[in-house]
Amino acid sequence: MEKKIMLGNEAFARGAYEAGVKVISSYPGTPSTEVTETAAGYGDIHVEWAPNEKVGVEVAIGASVGGVRSLSCMKHVGLNVAADPFFTAAYTGVNGGAVILVADDNGCHSSQNEQDSRYYGKSAGVPVLEPSNAQECKDYIKAAYEISEKYDTVVLLRSNTRISHSRGIVEMGERKEVERIPYEKNIKKYVAMPAMARVLHVAQEKRMAQIAADSYDIEVDGIKLNTVEMNDPSIGIITSGICYQYVKEAFPEASVLKMGLINPLPVDLIKEFASKVEKLYIIEEGDPFFEEQLKAAGVEFAGGKEMFTIQGEYSANMIRKAFGKEVAETVAIEDAPGRPPLLCAGCPHKALFYVLNKLKKTVMGDIGCYTLASLPPTSAMDTCLCMGGSIPMAHGFEKATETSDHVAVLGDSTFFHSGITGLINMSYNGAKGTVMILDNRITGMTGHQQNPASGKNAKGEEAPAIDIATLVKACGVKNVVEVDPFELKDVERIIKEETARDELSVIITKRPCALIVKQPGIPYNITDKCKNCKQCMKIGCPCIEIRDGNPYILPERCVGCGLCSRVCPFDAIEITKGKGAE
Amino acid sequence: MNNINILIVGVGGQGTLLASVLLGNLALDKNYDVKLSEVHGMAQRGGSVVTHVKISEDKVYSPLIEEGDADIIIAFEELEAYRWLPYLKKGGAMYVNTQQWLPMPVVMGHVEYPENVMKTIEENAGKVKAFDALKLAEECGSVKAVNVVLLGAVSNDLPFEEDAWIKVIEENVKPKFVDLNKKAFELGRNA
Repeated sequence: MEKKIMLGNEAFARGAYEAGVKVISSYPGTPSTEVTETAAGYGDIHVEWAPNEKVGVEVAIGASVGGVRSLSCMKHVGLNVAADPFFTAAYTGVNGGAVILVADDNGCHSSQNEQDSRYYGKSAGVPVLEPSNAQECKDYIKAAYEISEKYDTVVLLRSNTRISHSRGIVEMGERKEVERIPYEKNIKKYVAMPAMARVLHVAQEKRMAQIAADSYDIEVDGIKLNTVEMNDPSIGIITSGICYQYVKEAFPEASVLKMGLINPLPVDLIKEFASKVEKLYIIEEGDPFFEEQLKAAGVEFAGGKEMFTIQGEYSANMIRKAFGKEVAETVAIEDAPGRPPLLCAGCPHKALFYVLNKLKKTVMGDIGCYTLASLPPTSAMDTCLCMGGSIPMAHGFEKATETSDHVAVLGDSTFFHSGITGLINMSYNGAKGTVMILDNRITGMTGHQQNPASGKNAKGEEAPAIDIATLVKACGVKNVVEVDPFELKDVERIIKEETARDELSVIITKRPCALIVKQPGIPYNITDKCKNCKQCMKIGCPCIEIRDGNPYILPERCVGCGLCSRVCPFDAIEITKGKGAE
Repeated sequence: MNNINILIVGVGGQGTLLASVLLGNLALDKNYDVKLSEVHGMAQRGGSVVTHVKISEDKVYSPLIEEGDADIIIAFEELEAYRWLPYLKKGGAMYVNTQQWLPMPVVMGHVEYPENVMKTIEENAGKVKAFDALKLAEECGSVKAVNVVLLGAVSNDLPFEEDAWIKVIEENVKPKFVDLNKKAFELGRNA
């Protein structure tokens, strides 16, 4: 069979395709996004972007009830949003196989927290699989469907940044055409009301007990999920996922029990392994998920979390150091200045935050590229909690401070995700505040996925574009203003007017993401009219540096958006006539 | 060659990912095991980015290169070369695009740019090849070709014949950019 280099996420998508999956509904979130994006390129699968993860999981469960294999993918915090259907789907079980793929972000590469999703599997009572490389991403998602249908359960497939965003060699397989399982009405199974739920809970516990009993040597399509590699018996290591790779690199001589099924734990296999090695260690990134359960099961071990950390990512060197092994010599240098990410050249958000900074507004922020505006020089954000959190927080802040001079700021995709419910709440409960929706027609931070306002669907086909202003008005908001964020004077006037108004207002800034609409590309230049006031430095443009004490626009980087010329009080910044003009 | 670890570092948006994908496919074509680990999401917005490329005749386990264990560092920017210097193996080779891209805290005057960046690199690397890859990329018609210019330079240190590189460029670059990238590769290889 053909071999390809694939990103873990691409391998998940390939596995879903080969497993005969028919429906995928997800909300983008780093590091999970490319699974759904890649799957959208395969035929024979309905792939869609849902407005949020809860909707995605509900679509997947509905498809499962309808009798086909379905998938919903999300980042770790997305599973919080989807927790409601997830927990009860753990009771109802499935018809067609249903898999929820969750990608954690150990090390917070692109997230607001490092929560450990393994607990969701345990708490909800569903099996959890965890691959350790790209090939296993493909193999395990296929195994997940077999387990889902065999045991009548939703399966949680757990990844993380290092698995999802590493590439490795993957062997391609054929797509298996899976017949739709006919739907049969069964209210005892699918209607989770109290009388049914009590019975369903018993069934759910029973199937988890069965999976636990089978976990000792559980095998799907010839792939053993939990494997023992006996080497030197003086050290035994229990591990899973990416940590397995670090262990093998740091400790090629050790005996290893690698778990692919991480909930329920294969306790009998672990005890047997423990009896064969002199010293047993548990190596797991994140919380002491294995450790606490194994302590409770009476497994004795020589070391675990106290040798490592709950925070961040592990590495082969971290393991070497914890065991006193030698690591490579390194050059000691003075620390390099940090290079925090920043809003792109031409980004419409820069303009808005420049004005918010100028007006010294308190800004309840949200999740998206624009969260970067909290950093200098724009420094125009006070909070960032969770998707859609800006609007309700602004409302709560208003009730506490009895002022409504502050603003909530969030992007279009975030507004659809879970901002709209907060706006309905403000409208309903008599808020007087101001909400700003930054409509750039796309989901920016995760790499430009379509959303309900884009006019395109996940496959790039034409789709209805939901008009935000109409939607906002339908929520009962009387004051709705649309403005181009680059029209700085208008933006400033409108923010002043709407925050002063004794009624709820929504300001929609409309300008497409600088990365999806081609910028003019003709660089701007600072002329000798420059008085060195450095106002242009306040937009935080990555194309402007200080050279010999004066601001200087790097022509090879300037995209020609012209925002700097708009903030210059001396008209000193001009567009060059053409590329390369003096 | 038993194994080779290559760290590709730069500023988000500079095209480091294409460089690693080309290297990965080259290794696959030559029947090596290979793993790559890369950065997506927030850091891609102008932050410091790193891609690990591990190629081996044996099985590759961890996708990450450890400090002091990179045979080659390909730096798309001078300060990033300096930042990741501790990852270079003793005697390892450093390829640097001499372009400077100041981080915002330096531009804002909050942090000082370190002194003797290139000198420190030269004192600590076994081999340094520093050149203006941006200029060569512009000669090819796109500043985005910096990645392939750098790969062209590095190709002299790797045991893959020129034809294999050209093939991997043809197979992994959009058709309309193939000629541009072939030219970029040649300019880098002869730099």
